[in-house]
Amino acid sequence: MEVIILTHITFKPLNDCALLIVFGDSISITTHQEIQHFHKTIEEQPFQGMIEAVPSYTSICIYYDVMQVVRKPSQTIYESIVTYLQSLLTKNEQHDLSTRRLIDIPVVYGGEYGPDLAFVASYHGLSEEEIIERHSSQQYIVYMLGFAPGFAFLGGLDETIATPRKEVPRLTIPAGSVGIGGQQTGVYPFETPGGWQIIGRTPQRLFLPEQYPPTYLQAGDRIRFRAISAQQWRDFI
Amino acid sequence: MTITVIKPGLFSTLQDGGRYASQQYGVIVSGAMDRLSYHIGQLLLQQENKAAIEITMIGPTLRFDVDTVIAITGANFLPLLNDKPCPMWRPVSVKAGSVLQCATATIGARGYIAVKHGLQVPGILGSRSTYLRAKIGGFHGRALQKGDVLPIRASDARRTNYFVKPEHFIEFSNDVTIRITEGTEWQAFTKESQEFFLSTAFQLSTDADRMGYRLQSDMCLTRSLQKDLISEAVTFGTIQVPPSGQPIVLMADCQTTGGYPKIAQVIQADLPKLAQLQPLAKIRFTTVSIEEAQNIYMRQQQQLALLKNFL
Repeated sequence: MEVIILTHITFKPLNDCALLIVFGDSISITTHQEIQHFHKTIEEQPFQGMIEAVPSYTSICIYYDVMQVVRKPSQTIYESIVTYLQSLLTKNEQHDLSTRRLIDIPVVYGGEYGPDLAFVASYHGLSEEEIIERHSSQQYIVYMLGFAPGFAFLGGLDETIATPRKEVPRLTIPAGSVGIGGQQTGVYPFETPGGWQIIGRTPQRLFLPEQYPPTYLQAGDRIRFRAISAQQWRDFI
Repeated sequence: MTITVIKPGLFSTLQDGGRYASQQYGVIVSGAMDRLSYHIGQLLLQQENKAAIEITMIGPTLRFDVDTVIAITGANFLPLLNDKPCPMWRPVSVKAGSVLQCATATIGARGYIAVKHGLQVPGILGSRSTYLRAKIGGFHGRALQKGDVLPIRASDARRTNYFVKPEHFIEFSNDVTIRITEGTEWQAFTKESQEFFLSTAFQLSTDADRMGYRLQSDMCLTRSLQKDLISEAVTFGTIQVPPSGQPIVLMADCQTTGGYPKIAQVIQADLPKLAQLQPLAKIRFTTVSIEEAQNIYMRQQQQLALLKNFL
């Protein structure tokens, strides 16, 4: 496997039509921001044959069409792409990330909307209100979307309410369910089986295929969960 | 101007070349499992990237309510048109009122029924492929059911005296050697696991669908260091190894990201062969470099370009 290193950034092929630019080996704000900057740069200045860029926690995957990439005679296709990406990375363009959105997600906590809220509270020896308070007072960062369209991997869960997944996963979790799974929290965009502890549900649709971008949340967004009542849910719809 | 589904078959969906440019939002690519057979079907009708019907293991029975031209490619489902054998791998004129009956695939698993101008369903995010989990694309985001009426456009009969020999493009077999490149975590697997991976014949389990193929063998693949990975991009052909130690090959409907170690990656050019395997098929793996994989792919694409020029 050819691995090319540019200071702390490494390149490696995912397959014969995609390569990974690896920015770090752990989840961190710094790595996330570097990825956000570079993602914007590569979307503004794609190379011929580039299909799309997919950022994740520590890397960006670049998909390309082998038939369209232009290469120098002295280089392989892979090498010419890496050379181009290196030149973009060296310029190290900074984008204004302060414009990132802060989005409120309304959540009805507990009851039929959050059947595991009571368990999470008793697991930590806290009241349900305290769990809601700790879950909804944090500002979270959307590190990446994956698993399903609109499913956001969030950073920033208050460690004092991190809760292990259920031993037996539920067969169906309704769309909009807000859960805690270990150190993570997030919202299921669709009805799905799943093992997270469900503490609430949002009426907000997260996948909007009729528009582009097709998701309510995007990588880099900051979000807050805001507690609402079941009555307010009905008004929202 | 429609096609009526008399029998849906085991699992028939509308697919095209795939839904690109939305993976960063978690939207999967989908598209035809065997892109090569799909693409040849399109070329035979002198069109590109139109929605075709992908059929699986047991084919459908369809009635054409208008004159059109079709091309059937992929696995051999012994198609009958008005009770007479219907040739595959060539354009076939179909009169209004005709019935196309497909049986069980003799060899191979997936067939493509391409229709002139494509199935007229709305595109979503640049593709007409069915994405089951999100219930979008294709025909109302789902597999075809009895009684569905699929919109098409009429097309006159046309010159149909040419055909493609499928063996020039794709191998239909249940005992295959699939070429791979090393996965991003290849080095993390024990020497023993690496050697086993390249020397054993894996069996395709019955748990094999558009999302992924589970493979079975006598040994569990293990890493020298058990360490949780951070989720990152995965793609069609990624072979990942969950804690069970039995590999899973991700297929056309795979998720955009995954967190299991990736031992290997099937080369693009061999994905069609993989897509045509039936459950219990035997699969061996052999490594090639990224550069070789790209050369193999380019040769395959050049062959298609020749075909396009010829038609």
